[in-house]
Amino acid sequence: MTETETGARENIERHHYDVVVIGAGGAGLRAAIEARLAGKRTAIISKSLFGKAHTVMAEGGAAAAMGNMNSKDNWMVHFRDTMRGGKFLNNFRMAELHAKEAPDRVWELETYGALFDRTKDGKISQRNFGGHEYPRLAHVGDRTGLELIRTLQQKIVSLQQEDYAEFGSYEARLRVFAETTITELLLNDGRIAGAFGYYRESGKLLAFDAPAVILATGGVGKSYKVTSNSWEYTGDGHALALRAGATLINMEFLQFHPTGMVWPPSVRGILVTESVRGDGGVLKNSEGKRFMFDYVPDVFRKQYAETEAEADRWYTDPDNNKRPPELLPRDEVARAINSEVKAGRGTPAGGVYLDIASRRPADFILKRLPSMYHQFKELADVDITKQPMEIGPTCHYVMGGVEVDADTQATPAVPGLYAVGEVSGGMHGSNRLGGNSLSDLLVFGKRAGEFAARYVDELGENRPAVVKSDVEAAVATAVAPQRRPGGENPYDIWHDLQTVMQDLVGIIRRKHELEESLKRLVDIKERIKGVGATGGRKYNPGWHLALDLRNMVIVSEATAKAALQREESRGGHTREDFPAMDPKWRQVNLVCAFDGTDVVLREQPVPTMREDLLLLFDRSEMSKYLTEGELSVFDSAGKGGQ
Amino acid sequence: MGALRNFRVWRGDADGGELDDFQVEVNEGEVVLDVLHRLQATQTPDLAVRWNCKAGKCGSCSMEINGKPRLGCMTRMSTFEPEETVTVTPLRTFPVIRDLVTDVSFNYQKAREMPAFAPPPGVAPGEYRMQQLDVERSQEFRKCIECYLCQNTCHVVRDHEDNKETFSGPRFFIRAAELDMHPLDARTDRKNFARQEQGLGLCNITKCCTEVCPEHIKITDNAIIPMKERVVDNTYDPLVWLGRKIFRRDQLAAQSVTPAPKPVIDTADHAPHGSVWHVTVASPLDAEVGADGRMPVSEVAFDRAGAASPFGETVTFPLPTTELTYQHPTEEES
Repeated sequence: MTETETGARENIERHHYDVVVIGAGGAGLRAAIEARLAGKRTAIISKSLFGKAHTVMAEGGAAAAMGNMNSKDNWMVHFRDTMRGGKFLNNFRMAELHAKEAPDRVWELETYGALFDRTKDGKISQRNFGGHEYPRLAHVGDRTGLELIRTLQQKIVSLQQEDYAEFGSYEARLRVFAETTITELLLNDGRIAGAFGYYRESGKLLAFDAPAVILATGGVGKSYKVTSNSWEYTGDGHALALRAGATLINMEFLQFHPTGMVWPPSVRGILVTESVRGDGGVLKNSEGKRFMFDYVPDVFRKQYAETEAEADRWYTDPDNNKRPPELLPRDEVARAINSEVKAGRGTPAGGVYLDIASRRPADFILKRLPSMYHQFKELADVDITKQPMEIGPTCHYVMGGVEVDADTQATPAVPGLYAVGEVSGGMHGSNRLGGNSLSDLLVFGKRAGEFAARYVDELGENRPAVVKSDVEAAVATAVAPQRRPGGENPYDIWHDLQTVMQDLVGIIRRKHELEESLKRLVDIKERIKGVGATGGRKYNPGWHLALDLRNMVIVSEATAKAALQREESRGGHTREDFPAMDPKWRQVNLVCAFDGTDVVLREQPVPTMREDLLLLFDRSEMSKYLTEGELSVFDSAGKGGQ
Repeated sequence: MGALRNFRVWRGDADGGELDDFQVEVNEGEVVLDVLHRLQATQTPDLAVRWNCKAGKCGSCSMEINGKPRLGCMTRMSTFEPEETVTVTPLRTFPVIRDLVTDVSFNYQKAREMPAFAPPPGVAPGEYRMQQLDVERSQEFRKCIECYLCQNTCHVVRDHEDNKETFSGPRFFIRAAELDMHPLDARTDRKNFARQEQGLGLCNITKCCTEVCPEHIKITDNAIIPMKERVVDNTYDPLVWLGRKIFRRDQLAAQSVTPAPKPVIDTADHAPHGSVWHVTVASPLDAEVGADGRMPVSEVAFDRAGAASPFGETVTFPLPTTELTYQHPTEEES
C-alpha cells in the first residue's frame, strides 16, 4: 500500500524480475528470449496485446548477407551499403556487428519455425531492395514483419512450455504483461532499480523491482499528423531514457516518405510505392499543373526532361529521352511537394495529386500495381485507375534514439538500462536502408538480452532497491490527469502538437520555422500540465493519451532542437537553408539530454571508423564524406590512387 | 465537412451496459474505426477500442458491426446506406472489459497449450532446405493476423460457454494444420493432438470462420477438413466400428470407450493448466445414435444376409495399393 497525495490508499502490485523488457515488438521479444535463455526471470511489457506490435507492418524483409542469391554477397558488402545509406554518420561498430551477425539471426528464426520464401535449391530466398548491392532481404511475400513477430511470439510460448514442464507454471521465468504501459523508470543512485506503470485494461498500477531494463519501445511517429506508425509510437522509450538521465543521439534524423496518402483518412500515412511514378504517374497541384518541371536543380538538368512531351517519351524509349522529373531523388520530390503546399497550391488535406489514372489504361495499372490497387480499393474505396491519389510526406522511421554502447546496447550514463531497435540510435546513421530494421532488431535484441543478463549476474545480491518516494511520485504523476476532470482535452493538445511537428519540423526544414516550432512546443508543454481525463481508469484511451503526451512533447523538442542546430542536409535531415552535406558535420553527433525541464544539446564526435573498415571503401568515394585530414588514412595505407 | 451519420455504440463493462446513440461526422472514404476515433476526439474521450496499425495487418480492431464480426479498419462507411444507423458492439464470444474491448485471453491460453514447432534433430541453423511448394501450404495459415474473428464467430464457443474448456477454435486448428504440414517439424502427433486436446471433432464444418477471415484463409477447406480426414484415417478400426453398430451407447460406455480423464480447468482465474499432448494413443470415436438411443441397425432392412460391409457397397477388395493410406512404420516410430 502506498499513500497517494490525497491520502487515498492505493494498492500497487509489486513484481520482482531480473530483466524487464519494455516493448513486445521484434526487438523486445528477441531480447527477452535471450535473457530467458540465460536463465533470467524476465518480464515483457507489451503496450498492446501480445503479437500486435508495429513490427507487423514491415513488408520488405530482413537484410542479411547470406549470399543465397549471389555468392559475392558477404558482410563487408552489407556493411558498405549500410554506411553509404547512413551517409557515414552511422556508429561503424554497430553497422559492422549488424552485417556480420544478421545471417545467423535469420537462420535462427527457422529453428523457431519461421517459413521464409525459398529459392529453387530450397534455401531462403532474398530480394532486391534500394541501396543493397545484391538481393539480400529474406522475406515472406509482403508480410515479413508478421512472420517475424509471430515466430518470436511462438518461441516465447515454447520457452514458457519448457518452464511449465519444469516448474509447473508457464510464467515461472517468462511473463508477458499484455496491455501494460510503463510511465516511469525507477532509479537508485543513478542505477536502474525498477519500473512503474499501469495495466491499460483495469487501470491498476504496478511496480517492478528489477536491476536491468531493456527499452524496446519503437519510434516516435505519432507526433506527426501523417505517419505510417501506429498509436503506440509515442516515443515512450526515448522519453523514459531522457528522464532517467540517459542521452539521445541523431534525433534530427527522421525518415519521411515523400509520397504517403494524406486523404482519405482511412489510408492516411500509408505509403505509395515509387513505382507508381516509374510507371507513368505524375504529380499535379490543385491548379492541375504538372509542377515537377519547375523544380529540377541545376545539377540534374542534363538527366531530366524539360518538356512534358520528352518526359512522356521516356517511359517507352528511355535510351533516347531524358527522365521525367517525377523520378528525381526522394528529397527533391519531397521539397517540391512541400513548396507547392506551402505556396497554397496543395489539396485541402495538405498534399498534392499523384495521377496515374488519367495517363494509363485501367488494365495496365491493374497489371503493374495489383497490390496498390487492392489496398486502396479495399481500405478506402479509392480506385486508382479512375481518380488521382492525394499524397504528401509521411513520417515513417526515426533513426535517432537512445545512445548505447555498440557491443552491449547498454546506455553509458545509466547502469542497468539498455535500448534496442528503433528506440536506440547510431546504427543507421542519418538514413536507414530498407530491410535493415528487421535485422537490426534481431542482432541487437539478442545482444541486449545477453548483456543485460550478464549485468544482472555481475550485480549478484547487490541489487539497487526501489525508493518508496519515487513510487509515490510516479503514482501522483500517473493519476494527475484523472484529478483534473475539467482539464484540457488531450486530443486537442495532441492535434496541435502534430500540426506543429508536421508543418514546422517535417521533411524540409527552415531555420525560422524550427525556431517557431520551439516557441509553440513551450506553449504545448505548459498546456500538458493542465491536461484532464474523465471516465475512470478502466481502459480509458483519453487518460492513456494524456500520459503519452508528455513523452511525445519531450521527444519532439529533442528533434526540433537538433534539427535547428545541424546546419547541413544529410539523409533524413533536410535543411532548405543548408542544402549541402558538410564533411565537418559528419564528425558530429548531436547528443540530447534532459535537465529536468528542457532538452539540452551538446556536440560529440562520431566514433572514428577503424582503419580496416575504412579501407573497404575507395578514397574517391570517401572524398565527398570525409575531411582532408581523415582521408590521409588512404595515403598512408598506400591506397591513395584509387 | 462530411455529413452527420447515426452511430449506435455499446458502452459498458462486465457489470452491464447499453447502446448509446451518437450523431457523428463522417467523411468520404472513411472506415468505421475513423469514425470511432472521431467520437473519441470530440464526444467520448474514454471510449475504449483496441487498434494498432489501421491497415488490416495487426488484427486488433475486431468488433461486431451491425452484428457481423469485422475489423473496424477494414469496414468502409461507403458500404452502408447514408441514413442507415451503424451499430457497433464488442465481440460476443469473449467477456467484455469495457465498451468495445473484450478479454481475449482465452486465445492466448489455447496458444500456450499448442505444442511448439519441434526443430528437426541434427539439422544445423542455416542448413534448412525446403521447397517453395511445400512451405506455401503452411504459409497460408501463417498469414493469420490473430484478429480472432473466427474464434468469435464459431458457434461451438459463441453460444456454448462450456465448450471453451475443450475446444480451441479455428485459429488453433490452422495452427495445428500449419505445423502438421511444416516440411521439417519433427513431431508426428499433430493430428491426434487436434482431435484429442483441441476438440477438432466438435467442428461441424459450417465454414463461418472462413467467411469472416479478413486474410481470406480457407480455414475449413484447407485446414479443418484435411485434419479431420487424417484423424479418421488414424483412428479408424473395423472392430470398434462393429461394436458401435451392435451395442447401445450406454452399454458401450460401460465397456471400452471410456474417454481419458480431462484435466480439470479452473477457468475462473485463467490459471494455466497442462495439456497431455504427449499421449499419442488414439481413443475410439463416439457412436452416432438415433432418437431411441440405439445405433441404427440396418441389417434388418437390408437386402442380403449378414452385416453390410463397413467399407460401403462401392468398395471392392483388394484395394489398389495406390489408394491405401497405410504407411510402413519407419525405424524411428517403431
